[in-house]
Amino acid sequence: MSMFGQVYVKNNQYKLKGDFHELTPNIPIRNADEGWRLMGVTNPRDMTYIHAYGGEAIFFESLPKGKLVSSRCDNPKCKYKGSIWMPFRIYCPDCLRPMAVFDMTDLAKKTARIHTFMVCERSGAFNILDKPIKFINIEFDGVVTILMSYLLVGEPKIGMRVVPIFKKVDPTYTILDLSWVPEGTKEEQLPIGFSF
Amino acid sequence: MITFTQQQSKIPKLMRPVYIVTAGVSKFDRAFPDKRTEELCIDAFTMASDMLDMEPAELKGYIHTCYYGHFADHFGDQLLGEAVIHDRLGLDPLGNIGVKTGGATGGSTLWEAVKAVASGYSDCTLAMGWERMDEVPTDEGNFLISCAADKDWESPLGHIYTGYYAVMAQKYWQVFGKEEDSFRRTMAEISVKHHNYARFNPYAQGPMKITIDDVLKSPVVAYPLRALDACLMSVGAACAIICDEETAIKLTQKSKNKPLRIWVSAGSHTLRPADRRDMEIPLLPNETKEQYKDFGKRFPGGERYPGFTGFLAARMAAWYGYRMTGITNPMEDLDVVELHDAFTISDIQTYEDIGLRPYGYGRDYVESGDCYHINPKTGKPGRLPSNLSGGLIGCMHAVGATGIMQVFEIACHLWNRWAEMHGDEKYWKRCKRTKPDDWTNLQVKDAKRAMAISHAGVGSHVTATILMDADSLLKKDA
Repeated sequence: MSMFGQVYVKNNQYKLKGDFHELTPNIPIRNADEGWRLMGVTNPRDMTYIHAYGGEAIFFESLPKGKLVSSRCDNPKCKYKGSIWMPFRIYCPDCLRPMAVFDMTDLAKKTARIHTFMVCERSGAFNILDKPIKFINIEFDGVVTILMSYLLVGEPKIGMRVVPIFKKVDPTYTILDLSWVPEGTKEEQLPIGFSF
Repeated sequence: MITFTQQQSKIPKLMRPVYIVTAGVSKFDRAFPDKRTEELCIDAFTMASDMLDMEPAELKGYIHTCYYGHFADHFGDQLLGEAVIHDRLGLDPLGNIGVKTGGATGGSTLWEAVKAVASGYSDCTLAMGWERMDEVPTDEGNFLISCAADKDWESPLGHIYTGYYAVMAQKYWQVFGKEEDSFRRTMAEISVKHHNYARFNPYAQGPMKITIDDVLKSPVVAYPLRALDACLMSVGAACAIICDEETAIKLTQKSKNKPLRIWVSAGSHTLRPADRRDMEIPLLPNETKEQYKDFGKRFPGGERYPGFTGFLAARMAAWYGYRMTGITNPMEDLDVVELHDAFTISDIQTYEDIGLRPYGYGRDYVESGDCYHINPKTGKPGRLPSNLSGGLIGCMHAVGATGIMQVFEIACHLWNRWAEMHGDEKYWKRCKRTKPDDWTNLQVKDAKRAMAISHAGVGSHVTATILMDADSLLKKDA
């Protein structure tokens, strides 16, 4: 029986278990209008990437714990000292010094509002979100950037106050573990697996 | 970066004059089950040599280095695809390099080819771009395109690039378009214009005679954007030959092509729109700080620059490019442009970024009729016609080729060969397309200066390629 590929790190080396790809045969492509002559061939492939979060791991680890962590430049020599960044960044793009981890969960709960949004009827292959997808970009008081995420309850509107929700049950450890709902949404209205 | 040092504000300068002497394109289509990529590249190259009235082998003899624009390796499932094409063109063992900057790949490829000549490294270079987007099903294609967004912070959100892009359109639509029906119709008018111009272009993939209502009734992709607001997904190739003055004179001896001066400038901005920070608007020569002082009052919600409504990379490409070439007012100094109309609304945003209109007033470029070959309001030639090729909406968006196709198009106007290269029956036959009975000559009369904007995705890279008749320069030492 096959088993999804699994990876862990030991002695700073990847250790792999299970199946990382499946073999599927090539199939010829033929021309129905020209006596079924050969035009090409399919090349099926199923692969699993092994991806390091590096210094951003703390952000993705924090989401299922109900925390939204950003980064803040505390370098006294930086021209833009004090800037808070969300998306999380490891290094300040101005002074290139490591930034401090800043828990902005409360800040987000109190000040997050929709800067812009888009309701998208389509998706690409491997999408696991329900359609339409309600993309939102969120601005926060005191944060220099505007986070992209998605709204799971209600209809988005520019200026709407929103609060973060976190996938604490069966987390994916991806950006999908963070979503947003309009301020005032009740716990029982949240999708399965998510909580404030 | 939100402020610039003196060094970063340096006006780019080429070490010697650089020329474009010829260019070529393949047919563009959604899929080519019967052709390999190299066949399309050779089609484009052969057209370029034909325009010089020269055998391909003779033209190859002048080439010293090669610059290949091909964005998405994973679409073609071939790393080092550039080396494959280079070999099939028979150009080994010349030095070559691949260039990848998303939708701006074509423009960036020209940027590299021009710099190689300007520096003296080469006297003659080949800039060739292509894209193969038909080797996966459409939903997997959407997935692959979404890989151009940030893989941790954006791509998992639906694996649909339109979603990451269209949030900017929504902001522009609400702040500057004010959600007005009239603005929505202006967006649709761009699609009608570009699909219609594509009807007169034998290489174009999306010729259509449609109405504004057809656009407004097309399926919603991401409101307010509909299917007919969006660019095409294409396969095809385009190339250009870039050289110094001495080589340009030799190569054009038997040709109707007059060597044209060429400059390329470039700008960039954050891959994730989420990382954009507020800054002052970098002003173009035809703008003043004064005109933006009450901007937020005139357009509530538009206070943040570039926010999600401006493409800073396009602004910077124009900022460098205009100063490099002496352009003080693009509406007056240029005769024809090709812009990166990925969506109708981003076409409007670009009018503002490159100074055809001030920020907030892009729609007027369409509504005034200035953008047409013949202004429908006055019946006279448009003040600065745009996308007479059909653009990305009507002609093609074969990513690595797009910026070079645009330059082929504007060069045809400056060579006064647009009618020949788009009207001759042999090109329609070669593309297996039917020339329409109402085919119209879109040659811009007496065109001397032109520009093409090549743009990547949400605005991570943008180039401005400026062409001028060598006898119509705006700046002596440009």
